[in-house]
Amino acid sequence: MKLDSKAPEGPLEEKWRKHKKEMKLVAPNNKRKYEVIVVGTGLAGGAAAASMAELGYNVKSFCIQDSARRAHSIAAQGGINAAKNYPNDGDSIWRLFYDTIKGGDYRSRESNVYRLAEVANEIIDQAVAQGVPFAREYGGLLANRSFGGAQVSRTFYARGQTGQQLLLGAYQAMMRQVNEGGIEYHPRHEMLDVVIIDGQARGIITRDLVSGELKRWEADAVVLATGGYGNVFYLSTNAKNSNVTAAWRAHRKGALFANPCYVQVHPTCIPVSGDYQSKLTLMSESLRNDGRVWVPRKKGDDRHPNDIPDEERFYYLEEKYPSFGNLVPRDVASRNAKIVCDEGLGVGPTGLSVYLDFRDVIKRDGKDTVASKYGNLFDMYENIAGENPYEQPMRIYPAVHYTMGGLWVDYNLMTNIPGLFATGEANFSDHGANRLGASALMQGLSDGYFVLPATIGNYLADVKPGTRYGTDHNAFIEAEKGAQDQIDKLLNINGKRTIVDFHRTLGKIVWDNIGIARNKEDLEKAIKEIQELREEFWTNVYVPGEKNNYNKYLEFAGRVADFFELAELMARDALEREESCGCHLREEYQSEEGEAIRNDEDFSYVAAWEFKGVNGQLQEELYKENLEFEFVELKQRSYK
Amino acid sequence: MSKDMTIHLKYWKQAGPDVPGHFEEYTLDTVNEHMSFLEMLDVLNEELQLKGKEPVEFDYDCREGICGSCNLVINGQAHGPKAEVACCQLHMRNYKDGDKITIEPPRAAAFPIIKDLVVDRSAFDRIIEVGGYVSVKTGSAQEANALPVEKEKSDEAFEYAACIGCGACVAACPNASASLFTGAKLAHLNKFPQGEVERSNRAVAMVDQMKEEGFGDCSNFAECEAVCPKGISISAIAEMRRDYMKALVS
Repeated sequence: MKLDSKAPEGPLEEKWRKHKKEMKLVAPNNKRKYEVIVVGTGLAGGAAAASMAELGYNVKSFCIQDSARRAHSIAAQGGINAAKNYPNDGDSIWRLFYDTIKGGDYRSRESNVYRLAEVANEIIDQAVAQGVPFAREYGGLLANRSFGGAQVSRTFYARGQTGQQLLLGAYQAMMRQVNEGGIEYHPRHEMLDVVIIDGQARGIITRDLVSGELKRWEADAVVLATGGYGNVFYLSTNAKNSNVTAAWRAHRKGALFANPCYVQVHPTCIPVSGDYQSKLTLMSESLRNDGRVWVPRKKGDDRHPNDIPDEERFYYLEEKYPSFGNLVPRDVASRNAKIVCDEGLGVGPTGLSVYLDFRDVIKRDGKDTVASKYGNLFDMYENIAGENPYEQPMRIYPAVHYTMGGLWVDYNLMTNIPGLFATGEANFSDHGANRLGASALMQGLSDGYFVLPATIGNYLADVKPGTRYGTDHNAFIEAEKGAQDQIDKLLNINGKRTIVDFHRTLGKIVWDNIGIARNKEDLEKAIKEIQELREEFWTNVYVPGEKNNYNKYLEFAGRVADFFELAELMARDALEREESCGCHLREEYQSEEGEAIRNDEDFSYVAAWEFKGVNGQLQEELYKENLEFEFVELKQRSYK
Repeated sequence: MSKDMTIHLKYWKQAGPDVPGHFEEYTLDTVNEHMSFLEMLDVLNEELQLKGKEPVEFDYDCREGICGSCNLVINGQAHGPKAEVACCQLHMRNYKDGDKITIEPPRAAAFPIIKDLVVDRSAFDRIIEVGGYVSVKTGSAQEANALPVEKEKSDEAFEYAACIGCGACVAACPNASASLFTGAKLAHLNKFPQGEVERSNRAVAMVDQMKEEGFGDCSNFAECEAVCPKGISISAIAEMRRDYMKALVS
């Protein structure tokens, strides 16, 4: 298979404009003859559904939650980037593009990333027009802040709830179209398969999560906006229902899955407290602007942190990276926390946490100033951890947060299956091997509001309007039967271990071996362990309840089954990539000082995997899309 | 590490919307103060399954107090005892060894029970559907800074926009009114010049839909404000009523 990115020729600044000019259009009176399915209602899905309905397409929108407003985009805290350059501090579209390419460690497409940077400005306009209450200056204009170590202030924010406010904007735009009849809205429906006829995506199979009924839906195009796969780790900052099922079932039907090993681990999360832990809570990394990260120099030093004098504290980020200090990028901060804990210097009851200390800033600026900046985060920490961060250091540890990998898409956001599109975190497209802060919201909305509504027309223009095969076509019958058989199989195993038990065990294998740092030996071991556990899952899992009823554990069982296959692919992908880049650190490929060593000669490509079956082991074939860099010079990242 | 607590649970079980429900009881001996309330229910469900019993269904997703999925009524209080905390962020250190806890779904005619503690809140979507937005199409927005908005107003809009749509306000209200939910959305959009254009129509459409869905009227008990996990003020309701009356007489 030849992977064609379909990136337009020409200068970087001209590509998207030229492409828009050249794309085919669908006539207004023909638009209503097309049906488009959008799965997922986060920023990417909600914005796409609303925008396409506004254009005149018949949209069917599906989500697993009880309302579109609850999609996990809602939990994003920090903000959204755009190169408006309101602060006049030297920002530009080029700089936002460059920072994103560099931050992704040169493992993304120049054309896609430039378009993202270009479109970002329009997102801010759109959100403001919808009534999104961004932070403002006293003069009434929009405020910006610097975020995630960026050298310019380009982040727009709504307190610590930017994702919520942007999502509600998209949700409301969507509900307006529901009211006008442009969107048929189906909450509490889960996609279990995609239907392909003559090589084109022509519909989906869903399960109604209330009645348990399987339903067939036909359309001219299918958009998957179903988010990332961080929950393969069991513990992550993702919402509990976030899953890979829609993307994975599409992968099983032939859609390529790209760069599955690229997983971002966020350095400032509240540490695990016990086996019952169900999820991890992230605290905004803005805390690192003023907090100092340290561990005791002496192993097993069990004194209260306040009793440990400065000279016996190891401020490891400040010592190792004197110029960036505590503000090194997420991957560097996470990796170093793991290193000190692996050396036995970690603190807390489990030894798996490090201190984030506000003592010095409180002394310097006073408690009130610190409270005005971080008050809500300090309260949240105290509520969860039961310790007062004004009086003693917080304890933090890295946690899985975002997945850069996802379904392979071309410049038009279409997968290798014609008519099947993927947007937002569900695709692999814009963040390379590492995503910068405040860029996830930007990508979701860019894909949803501006890119997909334009590129989907280019595809539909070649589909004869009104083409219908009918949902009694064999492809629908077979897809529904496949979904039904799996449900029956899961319910009939009647084993001894719960779904949560399996998922937690799988998550630990993935975290220990395909987490912050990887090596050949561990990855090979992980593949075997995953295979063995997967086999046990299919013979020994206990799924309670019935299929024709609301049954959350049955939903989870299907999702965990998919995580089992994805986990093996992640290990394979990580094994294949014999270099360190972005969030992917292979221990064999680092300098003596522990810095990542990229290998552009051999690995400057997107790894896209094709599903070939599961037979004890997962069968996948690797295809490579070479990344050409015409406009930027590849450099080794350094934060020393 | 802290010692495990014993907690006596009494929770609502109901197979579906049209069948009678009942309470079931279970005592957990391994509750840890660091657990969240929902993690305690996870532990309950693991124990129930290992004993071959049916787990109890409840809605949840983000578990960090922002998605609005969870909406348990705990010992008669929506989201439990802690002010401005959704039950997913309520921790068991707020309880002590030997406590008895009763867990019910929010009870309102407009929120029919789906199963156990899970209810259907689609009425909220339909209230937004009829007018909870600024009617602007993608691509037709002007430059963001072309329209300055007073910081104070924008900040106030945020306070109302912070609503997570959990429905605690409805659960707590003796009339099962959705006035705080509806009023909060109106108050958010009214603060902006771009929201002003549709102000009157929006208020009428949303208030009428609220009645249509079977929510009661507001009698100023202010129970909604007391339980709101985002601390949204009932002044939103006064503003909503003013706008609604004004629209009717004009």
